[in-house]
Amino acid sequence: MRIGIPRESRQGETLVAATTITAAQLESLGYDVVVESGAGVAADQTDAAFTEAGIRVTDADEVWASDIVIKVNAPTADEIWRLRQGATIVSLMAPGRSPKLIEQLQAQRVTGLAMDAVPRISRAQAMDVLSSMANVAGYRAVIEAAHEFGRQFTGQVTAAGKVPPARVFVVGAGVAGLAAIGAAGAMGAIVRAFDVRPEVAEQVESMGGEFVRVDMEQEVSSDGYAKEMTAEQEAATAAMYDEEARNADIVITTALIPGRPAPQLITAETVAGMRAGSVLVDMAAANGGNVALTQADERVVTDNLVTILGYTDLASRLAAQTSQLYGTNIVNLFKLLTPGKDGELVLDHEDVVQRGITVTQDGESLWPPPPVQVSAAPAAPVAPVTRPEPEPKKPIDPRRKFFAAALGAVLFALAAAYAPPSFLGHFTVFALAIFVGYYVISNVAHALHTPLMAETNAISGIILVGGILQVGSDNLAVTVLALVAVLVASINIFGGFLVTARMLQMFRKD
Amino acid sequence: MDFLTSPLLPGLIQAAYIGAAILFILALAGLSKHETARRGNTFGMTGMALALGATLVLAARNSQYGDQRPLLVTLGLIAAAMAVGAAIGARRARTVEMTGMPELVAMLHSFVGLAAVLVGFNSYLAEDHLEGSLATIHDVEVFLGVFIGAVTFTGSIVAYLKLSAKMKSTPLALPGRHLLNLAILIASALLLAWFVPVDGNLGLVPLIAMTVLALVLGFHLVAAIGGGDMPVVVSMLNSYSGWAAAAAGFMLSNDLLIIVGSLVGSSGAILSYIMCKAMNRSFVSVIAGGFGSDGAVSGEARDYGDHREVQADEVAELLADAKSVVITPGYGMAVAQAQYPVAELTKKLRDKGVDVRFGIHPVAGRLPGHMNVLLAEAKVPYDIVLEMDEINGDFAGTDVVLVIGANDTVNPAALEEPGSPIAGMPVLEVWHAKDVIVFKRSMATGYAGVQNPLFFKDNSRMLFGDAKERVDDIVRALG
Repeated sequence: MRIGIPRESRQGETLVAATTITAAQLESLGYDVVVESGAGVAADQTDAAFTEAGIRVTDADEVWASDIVIKVNAPTADEIWRLRQGATIVSLMAPGRSPKLIEQLQAQRVTGLAMDAVPRISRAQAMDVLSSMANVAGYRAVIEAAHEFGRQFTGQVTAAGKVPPARVFVVGAGVAGLAAIGAAGAMGAIVRAFDVRPEVAEQVESMGGEFVRVDMEQEVSSDGYAKEMTAEQEAATAAMYDEEARNADIVITTALIPGRPAPQLITAETVAGMRAGSVLVDMAAANGGNVALTQADERVVTDNLVTILGYTDLASRLAAQTSQLYGTNIVNLFKLLTPGKDGELVLDHEDVVQRGITVTQDGESLWPPPPVQVSAAPAAPVAPVTRPEPEPKKPIDPRRKFFAAALGAVLFALAAAYAPPSFLGHFTVFALAIFVGYYVISNVAHALHTPLMAETNAISGIILVGGILQVGSDNLAVTVLALVAVLVASINIFGGFLVTARMLQMFRKD
Repeated sequence: MDFLTSPLLPGLIQAAYIGAAILFILALAGLSKHETARRGNTFGMTGMALALGATLVLAARNSQYGDQRPLLVTLGLIAAAMAVGAAIGARRARTVEMTGMPELVAMLHSFVGLAAVLVGFNSYLAEDHLEGSLATIHDVEVFLGVFIGAVTFTGSIVAYLKLSAKMKSTPLALPGRHLLNLAILIASALLLAWFVPVDGNLGLVPLIAMTVLALVLGFHLVAAIGGGDMPVVVSMLNSYSGWAAAAAGFMLSNDLLIIVGSLVGSSGAILSYIMCKAMNRSFVSVIAGGFGSDGAVSGEARDYGDHREVQADEVAELLADAKSVVITPGYGMAVAQAQYPVAELTKKLRDKGVDVRFGIHPVAGRLPGHMNVLLAEAKVPYDIVLEMDEINGDFAGTDVVLVIGANDTVNPAALEEPGSPIAGMPVLEVWHAKDVIVFKRSMATGYAGVQNPLFFKDNSRMLFGDAKERVDDIVRALG
């Protein structure tokens, strides 16, 4: 199949979806790769370099007529119109916020794969373009801030006097935030950082930053993204943001909530209270911004001489690096999509990664995909097998299964016809309880299997009920046997419950 | 005693039973997540208290009718028996080592089995007013209940003995053992045919004969299963104990017993199924027994090359330089009681900034979730304890893997050698890591009796000796 790499049409875009290196890697997977003339120039990938790497450079028409087109930015309406029916387009798409784009892709009957919809599971990290771009952007945010900031980052004692180190406050310790912490720290600044997810404190510290703690209960993330805070939590953190921002020379905000506008964290009053010469870099500018006065893609200087940068193209400002990372993510994706290494793209919807990125196919919208639990979720480890058969049996010939079921049904019908109603009543309860048990137990986390077994054990001591009712019998033998039954069943009940409680006491988390 | 003779009482008792059944379902549902697990256990205890309270009232009411023993004597006897049982149970629960959990669970199963047998006999002896098809059905119920109970009883005892190493864990391979099991089943069916039409206490003869046969069957079934399959056996017996309780519910016409019994029964069946799947074995083949039997399965004398030894201080250096470490514990860690030093090592490394995680194979240990319980006991936070599927993709990016007392669950032969007895079983693919350190007593094989090519890989090294002492050495060397 042919892969086309077009020139990005967005104004000022410097990135390209494949470099000479990654294009060659795509070819080694069996694809025929063509690049639009001039596509990579802004990212230091000249046409000549592509030709030298054995990649054909051609005009836009041939590129857009390819079986697969790989871009960085989402395709425009015109671009989608240029695609062949049945072609595949791979790019960033923000599918959650672009219903129109999905409609257009459907109308043109093209398969849309959104690189920014890769689920955040360990296995898919090699394809996670958001992480790789955020990493670059975080670094660049510090560079932009340093450029605007009228002083050095490193504290120095010189003959001309003492220079204090710059104080940097980073909001949000995702990939971008961590990269910013690392970059600012490496330049000599004192870095403090905050995130609503308390579990990342360790990561902040590992990057050389100091984690700012707020005395309140914080939620542990279950999907790898930070959650928007509740009103109560917001009130508690607002004071912290205000204080930290006023004390800082540079504030870098990275707080994003998937599928929602960015939360506004730094108010206009806070900005007004900052020292002259301070710099705010709002990395969430594209989604509305974390700072009240941010304007996307603009540099704003307030009356009190605080600079607010709302650049949304931070990653594009390191074009060569970002293109290489993006291209490598693409190659990793295509390794997954090309199991035969024969240049044939195969989409397997059973795989959560492939299902997750597929936005449209054959004129149908497949967005949104079913939710994926990331492995990083500490709160709820999911048992690997959640849908086992109710009756553990060897897989047998389906016909035999059918006959067995039919035979069973007939036998049961006969038995039921002759059985007294009271028995059937009990049998109903019996059958229903089996199914309730099946569904309830199917969800139990593997880690809890031992406590579960002790618990079911205790519960099955309910047979004690039978014993108790028989103790009162006037037959001495029955009374004695019943008492023994009561005794052993009691051991079971008390032992089982207590040992379960003891085990559960131990399960803890940092 | 108006209360006890009130016509409203049966309805109230029934309501209490329904409430108890719902509480039990909530208890099991609560246990599916860490956050709700403790609440679930509380639900379970509440349900049990409710059910027992209602039953005591019912017993008191029954003694009001008919010329039986005085009420207070009956209640006193019950209270005494329960007090003794509670004391024994509570003592066991408090004193049991977490490593001894499988034994305890197996032993508790045997009690349910025994109780089911006794209740079944009683139900038969006390039966007097049933006629026609009702009597027939009751007889069948008694017979089945006693049968399942007896199998559970001896089966659990054998499992207990094997797990506590009081009996050899190798499978007992009698000639024609499948035929023997089948013969017992057929004989029991014949005894049932004899038992049902007989009136009066004459029926005791076939009933007792069947009980003896069932006891033998339970013993033989489990004796024929190797120690490596004990996790499956324990959960299978868990299932049996549930079915025994359900059968008792049928014979006593007690819906609560039926509900709880089927809950437990299907729960145990699912757990067994999950584990069989984790080992890539069919349920039938585990039950039929004989796995892990001949230590000579991998008898073809293959030369895997040489293994290399390493010392604790070298391992400490390796760990200090590592960025990410994965620990894959197995039953050996439990045996050596090494979970505390392992937890200490984990804490030390994490303080140094090393990313330490645990990879748990679904059948590691002798009970499902066994490793998790041990690590939790040693206060390892559960968010760094991952399942096999979560961690398998990450080994390639891992610097050091510590294999502590695991063998078959990290055996590459499962994937690489189609002829291997464990072929096709999903394993922790530790060999993709940069360095693999295997803690082991000697070069002996694991439960499956299969040689492990992992030990001879270029990137693996062996640290011989008691796992606990060796881990302690490493912790000391780390300073």
